[in-house]
Amino acid sequence: MDTAVSVKNIVKKFGEVNALDDISFNIKKNKIFGLVGPDGAGKTTLIRIMCGLLKADSGEVDFTEIESTKGKGKIKNEIGYLSQKFSLYTDLTVDENIEFIADIHGVKNYQTRRDELLQFTRLKDFRHFQAGKLSGGMKQKLALACTLIYRPKVIFLDEPTTGVDPVSRREFWIILSGLLKENITILISTPYMDEAERFNYIVMMNNGKLISEGTPSEIKAAMNMTVMEIVCIPVRDAYKILKKNVNSDVQMFGDRLNLIFKGDFPEVNQVREMLENNKIIVSDIRMKIPSLENVFIELMESGNA
Amino acid sequence: MFTRIISISVKEFRQIFRDKRSLLIIFLLPVSLLALFGYAISIDVENIKLGVFDKDNSETSRKYLSSLDASSYFTITEHIRKDNDVNELLNNGKIYAAIVIPDNFEKEIQSDKNVKIQYIVDGVDASTAGIVQNYLLAATFQFNGKIVAEELSRKGLKSVSPLNAEMQFWYNKDLDSTLFFIPGLIAMILIIITVILTSISLVREKEFSTIEQIRISPVTSLQLILGKITPYLILSLIIAASILLMGGILFGVEVKGSYMDLFIGTVCYLLATLSMGVFISTIAESQQVAFQISQLISQLPTIILSGFIFPIESMPYFIQLLSNITPSKYFIIILRNILIKGTDLAVFIDQIYFLLIFAAIFIFISAIRIKREQMT
Repeated sequence: MDTAVSVKNIVKKFGEVNALDDISFNIKKNKIFGLVGPDGAGKTTLIRIMCGLLKADSGEVDFTEIESTKGKGKIKNEIGYLSQKFSLYTDLTVDENIEFIADIHGVKNYQTRRDELLQFTRLKDFRHFQAGKLSGGMKQKLALACTLIYRPKVIFLDEPTTGVDPVSRREFWIILSGLLKENITILISTPYMDEAERFNYIVMMNNGKLISEGTPSEIKAAMNMTVMEIVCIPVRDAYKILKKNVNSDVQMFGDRLNLIFKGDFPEVNQVREMLENNKIIVSDIRMKIPSLENVFIELMESGNA
Repeated sequence: MFTRIISISVKEFRQIFRDKRSLLIIFLLPVSLLALFGYAISIDVENIKLGVFDKDNSETSRKYLSSLDASSYFTITEHIRKDNDVNELLNNGKIYAAIVIPDNFEKEIQSDKNVKIQYIVDGVDASTAGIVQNYLLAATFQFNGKIVAEELSRKGLKSVSPLNAEMQFWYNKDLDSTLFFIPGLIAMILIIITVILTSISLVREKEFSTIEQIRISPVTSLQLILGKITPYLILSLIIAASILLMGGILFGVEVKGSYMDLFIGTVCYLLATLSMGVFISTIAESQQVAFQISQLISQLPTIILSGFIFPIESMPYFIQLLSNITPSKYFIIILRNILIKGTDLAVFIDQIYFLLIFAAIFIFISAIRIKREQMT
């Protein structure tokens, strides 16, 4: 069996709202698993249920595989959780925070491991700083170090890179991929589609429902779509024209438009000509490989329709 | 089991000592409260201001008045000449009571007539007025005795008073009301500070969501509670000792019973109040709310229902039952026994049991609440 965790038919309601509507999937061992979806999709709720911080109305989270090796009831020492909000003690130092987490998980000789982790996360020079004085990126790395001190088998990271600068974000990703060598299964949630491309396996969620799953390339392939990207001025006018005249979905991204075709699609020059006839200045127009973002927007729109 | 409790306590201590300013407040507040309340709360009547309207102005009337002035209870501050002034002085609060001695005071006494002296007392504060009344009656009674004795001896007879009540006050010899209030004061200061501290410390974990790291760990809710209570128990024992020391310096409070009994009683009381604090933190969602509930729950019942100021025996039955909701009631009994009477543990063992049961119940409910909260 290469499944670390399986989520089975999870349902959770907050009052009348269906926060999670019958969610099931398997998380494979030693992989980076992505939970992707916009704010309010139910990602945090699902992660909290998986960590045991929240009770589902029905369904179950199955850690059988881990429990079979570690023994029942020991599961709490095998799960790590990084909440979206920094949840360590701001008035304790980096060292003290790690020590506390090690202590409550019953880790005896944590000192060597702590040095290792501080080295690994490049927090060594800041070990006597109070956690509250660290930057956003460093806080996330500290939280990660705290989690890793007790060597959990699975870690759940709830939007770890939200609000973190691009350089720290990159560094964080390098650290995470390094973790796979330590036989750790990682689940990450993110609202950013560009990040989702890095995952080994993705579950896409929207409004509490699972809308697609697979590896990034599987998900893209399953949509069977072709994308034409147009950079032009003014974008808004071009959007209206294309919406009226071309048989496709049009997605707007700042200075560019993406035309999504399922099946036949027109020549690039044909579209350029049409736009230019309507006094649109086209600076670039070409076919491109669909991104997860294209897929996701497409899925959301078809889901709503 | 114990290592987890210790690791939570160690963490808590680190946080307490890191915040130097709060730490200073934690220690200074109780001592200054004691000084403030100790001096303010005293129902001993001293130097009551009297106004006298001596219409007779004779030797006897002066003798009577000077007998009042001589006692430490009264000071004659105003000599009144007109009827109207009595009104005005009382209205202005310049005097607390006025004495009107009628014309022919001396003559009528000498002719063995019954003379009436008029007292007008400010009755706004009923309890002080009552005490003033008693003092004045006693002074008058004494003066009567003197006149009678003089009269009799003039006629060649000896005065006799067959009955003589000789009073001895035990425990608090001088009937010093401050000494009586100190135990209540200690109980009140300790309950306020301990309930607030614990209630806030747990709610803070919720507010900063640091509690989540504890929840996903194998720490049980009971371990969490005990780990939280321990550092504050140690801290508040130190506070209790400093209050007692200050009470000794400022008000001459001494420990007449054994220090061991005092220690046991205080630990039991603190366990009860700390677990109350923990319970509050399981209800409150923010530090502010926790602070307000703590104040309400700790202060009010301690002042009103604990027997600190108002004797429980004179309350209506229902209120007497209600008085059991505050652990202060029991601690005050324990403290009065140890500090003033000097009795031993056996006398207040019931109170000790009550405090322990109180603590156990609150810890139990809190543990269940924390566990349940975990799931919603």
